Amino acid sequence: MVAAGAKCRTCRGPAIIDLPRHNANFCAEHLQELCRRQVVKAIHDFDMIQPDDRILVAVSGGKDSLAVWDLLIDLGYHADGLYVGLGIGEYSEVSAQCARAFATARGLQLREVSLPDDYHFDVPTAAVATRRVPCSACGLSKRHLFDTAATAGGYDVLVTGHNLDDEAAVLFGNTLRWDIDYLARQAPVLPARAGMPRKVKPLVRLTERETAAWCIVRGIDYLVEECPMAAGNKHLAYKAALNAIEAGSPGSKASFYLNFLDNMAPLLAGHRADDVASVGSCTRCGSPTTGDVCAFCRLVDTASAHAPVPVELVRNRGRRHR
Amino acid sequence: MKVLLRNPRREIELSGPLRVNALLDSLGLNRESHLVICNGTLVPGDAALPADAEVEIRPVISGGA
Repeated sequence: MVAAGAKCRTCRGPAIIDLPRHNANFCAEHLQELCRRQVVKAIHDFDMIQPDDRILVAVSGGKDSLAVWDLLIDLGYHADGLYVGLGIGEYSEVSAQCARAFATARGLQLREVSLPDDYHFDVPTAAVATRRVPCSACGLSKRHLFDTAATAGGYDVLVTGHNLDDEAAVLFGNTLRWDIDYLARQAPVLPARAGMPRKVKPLVRLTERETAAWCIVRGIDYLVEECPMAAGNKHLAYKAALNAIEAGSPGSKASFYLNFLDNMAPLLAGHRADDVASVGSCTRCGSPTTGDVCAFCRLVDTASAHAPVPVELVRNRGRRHR
Repeated sequence: MKVLLRNPRREIELSGPLRVNALLDSLGLNRESHLVICNGTLVPGDAALPADAEVEIRPVISGGA
């Protein structure tokens, strides 16, 4: 028997979670109500989704992508999922199982693309072949394949599970470098353009502790283990730094990110317009690119020509590159 | 109490009872980065975990950008 004195702020019943940034505790029912309210507010405030939009959710099998898919369905949207197999050994096998089980249990359509099966390379091999950190090849591949699948499938909007912690960490990194171009591109909605669907992030008002809690109270079986390629990367270090600040000053992450959107992002709008004007089309696949051949086509050439590299040889590579 | 930790997955034994926040503090874990599950249910920071509890400390931070 667990004894807890904390009461839900809404109903005064026993609480299951304390959320210091809200200076409140919540029961399972009212935690879900809070999550729904924050997602509805994000979708509304940033004009993310129109009523007749065809929606594709980028699904990894982790907590955030399954939470955002579940939240959209719960809020009455129709949304399909897209899973990209990255070839990261057992991690990818389990993540695929979580994504498939979620979709099957709810009667949802899950599309799948596989780097090993469809493009003849995997993320560990790409990392070694390009001599870059694994997250670089992974992110590049996912962005390209999500864009391509959404466009080919006739979807209007691509939904990703980026949460408040993700966005705050990216903002933190960009601010440390005062990288104006990247700062100008950081938004909860990226408008559609040729070869790219509109991209939206409905979880930007929820921390990842909240999205994980959503999954637990909803009985969603997600992949808990961290990607073996990600250990030691800068993104995790920025999150740790922000959470150290958050522990002493609850609400700091939300203020940092949401006040950036309110106060600073409008001042950077001109930089983003310049960036859009310089984009052409890849001569090989037709995807948007600033060169003749897009970065993904060049990655396929390099990585598929390389001998396969086991996951174990690349594990923690990010740590050495910090 | 039995405590399951993740990334990497391992199990440790601690003497109880303990408050959830005290458990996290004793292991040097940030409350903002973890959830605590006892007997399959989320528990808040002030919950008292009995000596015979089976507890999972689940990290919530993921590294993809």
